[in-house]
Amino acid sequence: MAKLPVQFRLNGSDRAGFVDPAGNLLDLLRRGLGDFAPKYGCGQGTCGVCTVLIDGEPQLSCLTLAISCEGRQIETASGMADGPNLHPLQQAFMDNFAAQCGFCTPGMLTAARALLAKNPNPTRDEVVEAISGNICRCTGYEPIIAAILAAAAGGAGMRRA
Amino acid sequence: MARHEGRGMASVNYPIGMNLGGDPSQALIHSNPDGKFTVALSAIDLGQGMKQVSRQIAAETLGVPIEDVYVDTADSDTGPHDMGSFASRGTHRMGNAVIAAAREARGVLLDAAAEELEVNASDLVTDGRGNIHVRGAPSKTITVKATAQAAQFKQGKTIAGRGIFLIPLSAVDAETGEMNPNTAFAHACLVADVSVDDETGEVTVLRMTSAYELGRVINPRMVEQQLVGGAWMGISHALYETPEPYYPNPEHGPRDFNEYLMPGPGDIAPYHVTVLERPAPDGPFGGKGPGEMCANPVLPAIANAVYNAVGVRVDELPITPEKILRGIRANGGVKPGPRRGGAVNWR
Repeated sequence: MAKLPVQFRLNGSDRAGFVDPAGNLLDLLRRGLGDFAPKYGCGQGTCGVCTVLIDGEPQLSCLTLAISCEGRQIETASGMADGPNLHPLQQAFMDNFAAQCGFCTPGMLTAARALLAKNPNPTRDEVVEAISGNICRCTGYEPIIAAILAAAAGGAGMRRA
Repeated sequence: MARHEGRGMASVNYPIGMNLGGDPSQALIHSNPDGKFTVALSAIDLGQGMKQVSRQIAAETLGVPIEDVYVDTADSDTGPHDMGSFASRGTHRMGNAVIAAAREARGVLLDAAAEELEVNASDLVTDGRGNIHVRGAPSKTITVKATAQAAQFKQGKTIAGRGIFLIPLSAVDAETGEMNPNTAFAHACLVADVSVDDETGEVTVLRMTSAYELGRVINPRMVEQQLVGGAWMGISHALYETPEPYYPNPEHGPRDFNEYLMPGPGDIAPYHVTVLERPAPDGPFGGKGPGEMCANPVLPAIANAVYNAVGVRVDELPITPEKILRGIRANGGVKPGPRRGGAVNWR
């Protein structure tokens, strides 16, 4: 089947690729564009490790057709740090020991980033709700919740979400 | 219909590592021309913190700053032999191997520095900040970096060390049945408070409180991280997870994360941990390590708490609502046990 061209902004840069009509965004990001922050976990939208922002909304890139992203703004965890300066959420994840194996971390960061952009001072319950689509096997979630609340208290949502 | 609260307790003596055929770990350390050190291990860090702990142990033993130590793990083609990361053996076995390797490398480092300073190596000390100087004469000094360069470009020496830690195979004594499968035991006690709904059979873990004795805690934040994450796994094993819910019939088994149940971020319980340190004589700086025992006592404590709450003794995991409701029916109703202890008021 003929490949189709698709073009979008990825972490602030114009990127393009050729994709199968049924190809998903995760595949394009990882194999086509070399952005390995979004992970391939279940491939069916139940684990959250492939979470990216599309026009600011958290979406599962494994369930998103790549061609549907034409002209849109895609943001992944790769674009969070500003050179050597970590995003406040990344710093809070470090400070609160919110990563162990790290496989869920890009998805968790992205889900948290979407939350804080909309709601800079979330309650604990709102944080729990925001990451409830993301599975973590190592941390028991508590350090992740603590990190997101700490980043929110530090103004992460308002400064650069 | 009502919710019944119950409290359960469990204690564990947990063997660090195992000894089925001998249990070796090896480490190799060498310095680079910039005076930094590489520690090569074949054991893998799955996120449990072995790289960080090995780095701390190597830096402390070498006498150099921690930022000058790099730990390279998990390439069994190029690294020294290791049994692996399992059985909670990482800190204890790899840590001891790293100490042995770092001691040997430190000896070569001080010999090389002694040659440069024209003194006896036994008079040299490290300051942990990248300098080597004569004991009592801090002005007679050389940096680790200059020493590494002198060794490699002038003296023709490799600043390197080899380490192995081996627990030899302990055979069973034919007369007494005695054997020594292990050298270090860690200990823990955990109390779980649960609430059981006698209409739905659902168990909610209200809170958990534990005390862990792990030898010297080499990295307190990482130990806490292990204990908190492991306790979640314990709750998950106790109440949710199973690949074969109706064993031996596999047809009802879960096939994906929709069906394979685990507690989510909304299902976690407040958890209070106290860590006690009794350094192990054969541990690296007295460390034993948390490992699998982070999860272990949670399972029997929750099973005991369910029994205390509604009088149902579930002896097959996970403790599902179905098993609890069948148990309540078999008992002719809820049979709560005596309430144990007072309210927990730490939170």
